[in-house]
Amino acid sequence: MKKKVSKGFLAFVYVVCAILTVLSIMPFLIMVVNATRSTTQIQQHAISVIPSTYLLKNFQILTGKSFNPMRGFLNSLIISTGATACTVYFSSLTAYALVVYNWKLRQPFFTFIMAVMMIPSQVVSIGFYQFMYRIHMTNNFLALILPAVAAPTTVFFMRQFMLSSLPLEVVQSARVDGSGEFHTFNHIVLPILKPAIATQAIFSFVNSWNNLFLPLILLTRQEKYTMPIMVSLLKGDIYKTEYGAIYMGLTLTVLPLFVVYFLLSKYIIAGVALGSVKG
Amino acid sequence: MKTKKLSYARYGYIFSIPFVVAFCVFTLYPVIFTVALGFTDFKGLGATTFHFLADDPFKNFRAILTAPTFQTALKNTFIMWGMNFLPQILLALVLAAWFSGTLFKVKGQGFFKVVFYMPNIITAATIAILFGALFGYPMGPMNDLVTSLGLAKDPIFFFQNKWVAKGVVAFIQFWMWYGYTMIILISGILGMSPEWFEAAELDGATGWQKFFYITLPNLRTIIIYTLVTSLIGGLQMFDIPKLLVLNSGPDNATLTASVFIYNQAFSGSYMYNRASAASMIMFAIICVLSAIVFVLLQDKSEVQARKELKRAAKAARKGRGIGA
Repeated sequence: MKKKVSKGFLAFVYVVCAILTVLSIMPFLIMVVNATRSTTQIQQHAISVIPSTYLLKNFQILTGKSFNPMRGFLNSLIISTGATACTVYFSSLTAYALVVYNWKLRQPFFTFIMAVMMIPSQVVSIGFYQFMYRIHMTNNFLALILPAVAAPTTVFFMRQFMLSSLPLEVVQSARVDGSGEFHTFNHIVLPILKPAIATQAIFSFVNSWNNLFLPLILLTRQEKYTMPIMVSLLKGDIYKTEYGAIYMGLTLTVLPLFVVYFLLSKYIIAGVALGSVKG
Repeated sequence: MKTKKLSYARYGYIFSIPFVVAFCVFTLYPVIFTVALGFTDFKGLGATTFHFLADDPFKNFRAILTAPTFQTALKNTFIMWGMNFLPQILLALVLAAWFSGTLFKVKGQGFFKVVFYMPNIITAATIAILFGALFGYPMGPMNDLVTSLGLAKDPIFFFQNKWVAKGVVAFIQFWMWYGYTMIILISGILGMSPEWFEAAELDGATGWQKFFYITLPNLRTIIIYTLVTSLIGGLQMFDIPKLLVLNSGPDNATLTASVFIYNQAFSGSYMYNRASAASMIMFAIICVLSAIVFVLLQDKSEVQARKELKRAAKAARKGRGIGA
């Protein structure tokens, strides 16, 4: 019964996939190779697949100005780790409240979470900035970490996961054993949630790491700059003609993400696919 | 037994406290604050005092709505979003159909998925500056390519053309997001019952027919969901238009609503009041658009639930009939 697909069509499929693969990889390949080439070399021929020997020189030019990759990396790491920890822990706790307990406002609260899921963070940024400015929290990482406690999307996913994979008998039997509710959550439920927490942690971390808008308006002191703000410095006048150094700076910001992505790509792809359950 | 259950209920409230507190402090209060600021004369770097505009409360809103730059920004935002979304959803649909098809198996699927999705997790700020460098003038990889292929004699100043600037912003958005959309659609297709396809095959349906009569209609909900999330994200487009071309290119070609709001509040004369008014207008637009789609989604799932209930009831009746 099965019809055969023509060879020509199959070839077409692979050609399209190959073109898209080149499209995905090429910009980054040019970037990495140019990071090793001198500005003069880049000016003569901006595309090359042969690395040159100016890697160290470019790094020195880059860090000799305002670009401090170590500082940016550390700042981003502190903020993203803090925000991720807040998001996954408190979202799990909130989802737990929604799934395990039978309370009057449970349904209204869930509807509320669904409704606020769509509130875009950028449209409240002016009020947020003014609020932080008044309580002297600009240039304070906590202003970027603490809001992560309320992450409606993550609550939604954790709730979905709990509904399908958290047996309520576990909670019941913990009660029989005399475990307090909070203790049960921390020591019995959290370990069961590990797979879902891991997925949500990856996305939360990447989102926080890549965020430009809020850090850009809140962090005005150079020693507080995150990686994306550091990157935006490359657009400024100080690096105008230092092509090699610009590619170097870009490469440094992409490198940690590449490492994380290729180690975890399987989980990330699976996590994205999970997102469609929402629809 | 019943009293015991009731005594646990309070933990529902207790465990929700951190979320509610954080939400009230970091989202609700800033929302109210932003709304309020829209009705004041609050501006200037470092200023802390403001007065409500008692005699003309909607002055800022009127000023924003009639400002040609805001209209341009709004128009640009929708145009660039559309230029990215249409090809994005089309390509994602085609790839999803190929990757989840039953007629042939694309070898190396796992690899392709990983590669197509990759741009999505890279920092948008980095990508914006990378593309700015790739399209650099007079010396950039794109110009190198164009001149060595003989397509142009002299290097081209790409971003001097309004539509090229817009097109590159849209292309980057497309390039960053089609992989994501594709994966969402694939999982949607894989969630469909294989029996539908088998039945269609028995009836002699071709691959195209199956795609148009089974796959596409059943993906409706997911496509609408993708549309909403993409729209909400697209209306807030900031990193790429802000960093790709300096000062939004010729004639504000790549100025978006978010960049406009940022410029109002954090540069020039620091007009927090105008920026707040613009934010609220954007908020209203987003709310209206999401509400429309939310209603569409709600109906669909309800209709489906009702259908399923009917089917179950029918089956039960039939079962009883046979049993009797």
